[in-house]
Amino acid sequence: MPGQVKFLQGNEAVVEGALYAGLEFFAGYPITPSTEIAEMLSHRLPNVGAKFIQMEDELASICAIIGASLAGSKAMTATSGPGFSLMQEGIGYAVMAEVPCVVVNVQRGGPSTGLPTAVAQGDVMQARWGTHGDHSIITLTASTLQDVLTMTVAAFNLAETFRTPVILLLDEVVAHMREKVEMPGPAELEVVDRLRTALPEGVDYHPYLSREDGRLPMSDFGGIHRYNVTGLVHDMWGFPSNDSSVAYDLLHHLVDKLENRADQIARYNTYFTDDAEVLLISYGSAARSALHLVEQRRLRGVKLALLELNSLWPFPRGTVRRFCQGRNQVLVVEMNRGQIYQEVKKAAPHPEKVFLANRFDGSFISHEDIWRVLNLIQGQGV
Amino acid sequence: MAVRDYLRERFLPHIWCPGCGHGIVMANLVRAVERLGLSQNQIVVISGIGCSSRMSGYLDFHTMHTLHGRALAFATGVKFSRPDLKVIVPMGDGDAAAIGGNHLIHAARRNIDISAIVMNNRIYGMTGGQSSPLTPHGDRSTTANAGTIDPPFDLAALVMGAGAGFVARATTYHVKEMIDLMAAAISHRGFSLVEVLSQCPTYYGRKNKLGDAVDMMRSYKEITAPAGSRKLADNPSCIARGLLLEKNRPEYTESYLKLAGGSPKEGSNDPASLV
Repeated sequence: MPGQVKFLQGNEAVVEGALYAGLEFFAGYPITPSTEIAEMLSHRLPNVGAKFIQMEDELASICAIIGASLAGSKAMTATSGPGFSLMQEGIGYAVMAEVPCVVVNVQRGGPSTGLPTAVAQGDVMQARWGTHGDHSIITLTASTLQDVLTMTVAAFNLAETFRTPVILLLDEVVAHMREKVEMPGPAELEVVDRLRTALPEGVDYHPYLSREDGRLPMSDFGGIHRYNVTGLVHDMWGFPSNDSSVAYDLLHHLVDKLENRADQIARYNTYFTDDAEVLLISYGSAARSALHLVEQRRLRGVKLALLELNSLWPFPRGTVRRFCQGRNQVLVVEMNRGQIYQEVKKAAPHPEKVFLANRFDGSFISHEDIWRVLNLIQGQGV
Repeated sequence: MAVRDYLRERFLPHIWCPGCGHGIVMANLVRAVERLGLSQNQIVVISGIGCSSRMSGYLDFHTMHTLHGRALAFATGVKFSRPDLKVIVPMGDGDAAAIGGNHLIHAARRNIDISAIVMNNRIYGMTGGQSSPLTPHGDRSTTANAGTIDPPFDLAALVMGAGAGFVARATTYHVKEMIDLMAAAISHRGFSLVEVLSQCPTYYGRKNKLGDAVDMMRSYKEITAPAGSRKLADNPSCIARGLLLEKNRPEYTESYLKLAGGSPKEGSNDPASLV
């Protein structure tokens, strides 16, 4: 019901967003702290004529959703760190073969089995570079469950628009917290449908020939156009090639289609950025503590602001640079050893003014943690 | 239609060595499809990585050349998404039994309607002749110069144990049998596997001094015997060929449709197009 307010869990907000976006196929494997997504979809999908399957592992889960996507279904899987590691080969295939799909990674403490039930944001660089070879990728995140829902819809939209896998990078705190969400009414949020070729039977269809706007219309397996899909370097027919000019053009296309549209892909929220002396930059659940600190200190006249990133890759370099301009300090707040901090330093006009407030011990970073770091870098003591 | 009408001539010549058995398997797969009267648009061929897996590109069906060992997982996604399509998975022995072994037994366990055609040349050909899980004990490869100490899988027994409803074995020498078995496998409602002994004179044959391609094909006549035959009973070292198992079990996508109330999604599951 439009305007209806629901009290949801974070993983449930992913499910609601995915169904809103038209999810037709889910394959997954149980793993903490993302399991509820699979459990809930196993109940919901059969009732809406869509497919749910529990696969034998995460390698198979990512492959199954790629197959389903090529057969015409909007497809998703969900996992956490160890499973995300296994999915990297499939993500690379989806990048190379340009197959739209959504991969949810609810981050937990790592490396390896790490801290299965504790929060972390240590997979940011894995989302970017986890699969081998030069490539680009889209990664979205969120700190509120309202944004989890809308970013899930956005993940499907971007996957379809750019024919690419999209990583929805959440964390244990966001996935397991509960808060109210205003359910979007039909057509309230944009839903991008798959772009399918209009070419009639008998006319050659080239699966890897971009239109002028850069988009590549698809044709479902089982339809009137038969073509080849491969993870090898391939030409416009989808046929393998060792030609270096074909490889050059393909790798350019795969990277440029996203990096050249970084502004179009960028998603972020700003709080008090008009007059701030100090800018906090954060994302995911860490942004909740950052915002708490900003709001609390504003009451006492401290000019703090928050730039909350809801898209991490392609890194919104221009946006970050713009908001860093003219600040006394920029403080990146995250729960890892500084994965986005390094990116902010590269983007900021004055990298020497960029600092890091972080935790990576499985404990949730608090507003006091951030405040202590801010006092230290300003010479105010602990 | 002739075999060539099912091939993408633009994509030829193929990469297989002279004397390789995989071309025979490909031609017979096409003959089986033609015999069943299936339209090309109804068929999806999904392969992994290896010599045999290059077959998908040459065939004029909906084709997908995927990741090493993972073809059955991709195929599960396609078949489950579109149960009206016929899904065929050509695989190699390393692809199916080593890196893809887990996907193989789980596809068999689910009994999802996919036909796996495993070309067993007893070696990794694409990478230059290393041992596979189907290299016979004591045979030589570039990673087992003194003969492998690894015992091999019996792939047919493995998938039978995992629950496959249709299991058969053929050789590139017994061409007519191969076509019959492939046609029966594709028609079977459920997971089917046809293991085809396919010669690799370049690596397996050379390493083990088995002669040329013709010698290797002739040897299939000697080392195999029809399942249930006197020859097989009298010669326990012979490999059984022919239909090894056929039984009906609930098929996965049909079970799901029942779970979902038997209402297939509009447009994706036209009952009229079901074979």
